[in-house]
Amino acid sequence: MEAVHGHDHAHDHDHHHPTGVTRWLTTTNHKDIGTMYLWFSFAMFISGGLLALGIRAELFQPGLQLWRPEFFNQLTTMHGLMMVFGAIMPAFVGFANWQIPLMIGASDMAFARMNNFSFWLLPPAALLLMASFLVPGGATGAGWTLYAPLSVQQGMGMDLAIFAIHIMGASSIMGSINIITTILNMRAPGMTLMKMPLFVWTWLITAYLLIAVMPVLAGAVTMLLTDRHFGTNFFNAAGGGDPVLYQHVFWFFGHPEVYIMILPAFGIVSQIIPAFARKPLFGYSSMVYATASIAILSFIVWAHHMFVTGMPAAGQLFFMYATMLIAVPTGVKVFNWVATMWKGSMTFETPMLFSVGFLFVFTMGGFTGLILAVTPVDIQLQDTYYVVAHFHYVLVAGSLFALFAGTYFWLPKWTGNMYSETLGKLHFWCSMIFFNITFFVMHFLGLAGMPRRIPDYSQQFADFNMIASIGAFGFGLSQLIFLAAVVKCIRGGEKAPANPWEGADTLEWTHLPSPAPYHSFETPPVVK
Amino acid sequence: MQHAQPYYVPSPSYWPIIGSIALLFMGFGAAFVMNDVEAGPWVLVIGLAILFWMMFGWFGTVARESEAGRYGPQEDISFRWSMSWFIFSEVMFFAAFFGALFYMRVLSVPDLGSGATGEYLWSNFKAGWPVAGPGIEDTFRPMGAWGLPALNTALLLTSGVTVTWAHWALKVGNRFQLNLGLFLTIALGVLFLFCQAYEYAEAFHEYNLTLKMGAYGASFFMLTGFHGFHVTIGTIMLIVILFRCLAGHFKPEHHFAFEAVSWYWHFVDVVWLMLFVLVYWL
Repeated sequence: MEAVHGHDHAHDHDHHHPTGVTRWLTTTNHKDIGTMYLWFSFAMFISGGLLALGIRAELFQPGLQLWRPEFFNQLTTMHGLMMVFGAIMPAFVGFANWQIPLMIGASDMAFARMNNFSFWLLPPAALLLMASFLVPGGATGAGWTLYAPLSVQQGMGMDLAIFAIHIMGASSIMGSINIITTILNMRAPGMTLMKMPLFVWTWLITAYLLIAVMPVLAGAVTMLLTDRHFGTNFFNAAGGGDPVLYQHVFWFFGHPEVYIMILPAFGIVSQIIPAFARKPLFGYSSMVYATASIAILSFIVWAHHMFVTGMPAAGQLFFMYATMLIAVPTGVKVFNWVATMWKGSMTFETPMLFSVGFLFVFTMGGFTGLILAVTPVDIQLQDTYYVVAHFHYVLVAGSLFALFAGTYFWLPKWTGNMYSETLGKLHFWCSMIFFNITFFVMHFLGLAGMPRRIPDYSQQFADFNMIASIGAFGFGLSQLIFLAAVVKCIRGGEKAPANPWEGADTLEWTHLPSPAPYHSFETPPVVK
Repeated sequence: MQHAQPYYVPSPSYWPIIGSIALLFMGFGAAFVMNDVEAGPWVLVIGLAILFWMMFGWFGTVARESEAGRYGPQEDISFRWSMSWFIFSEVMFFAAFFGALFYMRVLSVPDLGSGATGEYLWSNFKAGWPVAGPGIEDTFRPMGAWGLPALNTALLLTSGVTVTWAHWALKVGNRFQLNLGLFLTIALGVLFLFCQAYEYAEAFHEYNLTLKMGAYGASFFMLTGFHGFHVTIGTIMLIVILFRCLAGHFKPEHHFAFEAVSWYWHFVDVVWLMLFVLVYWL
């Protein structure tokens, strides 16, 4: 995103501007840091994607072809860890870095130097994770949830994963403190909380969730570490502990984490749909309240991941109903997006295509979530491919599609150039079709009883698995179109006007040229 | 905003990347140490050295910026928000361990000693508290509340008073009382740590109480250990603040670094009260 650099040097009160690598190592500019977050997450997305293709290659046919079962476990585990902590979360933080100061009229993030630290903690964490493939015993194969007791018994790769999680957690907490402080303290005069763009709102709530649960994850993996090396018995019944305790602590983090990965996606879609429907967002305040409700509810549903651990019936009922309750605020959101489009003068440029695609496919993921919330059904479907299908519908078609939508939406503002609509649409249709080829069939596999995280399967699952594997490779290749579209846009293309989207009305479109200058809003705009 | 001074955005800095390199070394170093890789201690020590260098340099930069008047009222609000949220994250970190204590004491230990689990798997196990667990043969003595821990409670509560006394002095410009109050707070903190170390030695050698002592041992040492670690950090921060006071830093109306450290100190104090009640007493 070199195009961003070099504008408005008159505004540089900080004298020197390092260039080359030094610029990126030392920068305190939210746009530079946002760019680094986005490229880092794309690199992790490709790496995690390659691991996924390793999984799908093995599952192309029944029987063991390519990997030893232990290595297959490492693939599934590291795919999950890298996608969750390396790709999806940092990508949203990248959007937060770029967009929040622009959307609230702030000159930068509240703690610009710490912001750089938040980013630069991620590459060491990623190195720890990747290096764990090379140590004796290989990477951890305990699943991304790192359940005890399996995770207690693994080799050095597990320790590297634990420390990677600690470092990524520190990064998330610092990033979130920065985001919350920026939003609460650096809004332009006149921008009251209820005038904030919805993307900013969703990030405010997401950052709160992150600060609340990342330390809990740190606690969980720390107990794991002491169980592994210092003789504690937190997760060992012989010492009065319980492996299920790990699950409780983990999912107290893990379920809010699900919303950490989807709320900013809601925010992005809530910016894009009004822009391309050329109508204000329907039910703005209900969107805000729905986001907050989802966040609060997310703290009291964690045990729906644990219905088969032997829970009292009262617990099962509570967690079942609480989980179903989340469908209400989520339903409010879906209704509002549809109502925003109702009678709008819609056009379907790439960001809108991805947003509408998000709406269809994410909602399906939401529905399968509702089905899995029903305890007796969940007990049947626990650890089957139905669950895999469900969370890929919300994480790929939800989070990832929103990330794509946001990238195309804001690329003109970031680079000053329009992206290629042809490439963008091609990327959308390939992604949409291959995504469904990959994951739709997994519903049937799961309902028929195919277990997840197993490198082999019975003959009757062969056809659907072959279809899913073909879809996965298609989906992976489709992402090269995305890379091409982004690189092409950075290197040139039709010059973008300050506001290329008729219906977009947030500050970055109305008050700033494209590309946004290196230092923007040094004098805050006044919001009426 | 309301005031003319633009929000302070620091110039490019090497400290963050230095900190990242430190954590990279520490991550590998710690993993190597725990898995008996020969280079482990060296890698870890190098990482720690880089980390201390980074903290020294970075925090020094911040102190100089503050004294140079780069932080106005708006920056001050940012610091207040961020310190509050940081302490909230610490609360959640301790909550994970208190949660584990609750779970073991109220759920998993009683379960192991009752019903079919107790009958078929651990028929000799009497559930109760404090307890190590059904599979641990060794016996230990638990740590009573009314000896050293009660003294420690008094020490920490008093230190909360002295730090506030110092703060009052700072606000009216009484530098002597400020320095004295800070010194007393640090002394009480160090005394607390000394008592904790003494208590640990007693636990190891006389009570046979170690991390390996099942549910009680693990929860006792993890909670008091992390608390002690936080007191250590708090004491170091107080020492830094004392040195800054002696160097003439802080003004009656501009001293958030002092307040942040005192917030942190009060937080550590509250965690101790929870520990005293839930770990030692009940």
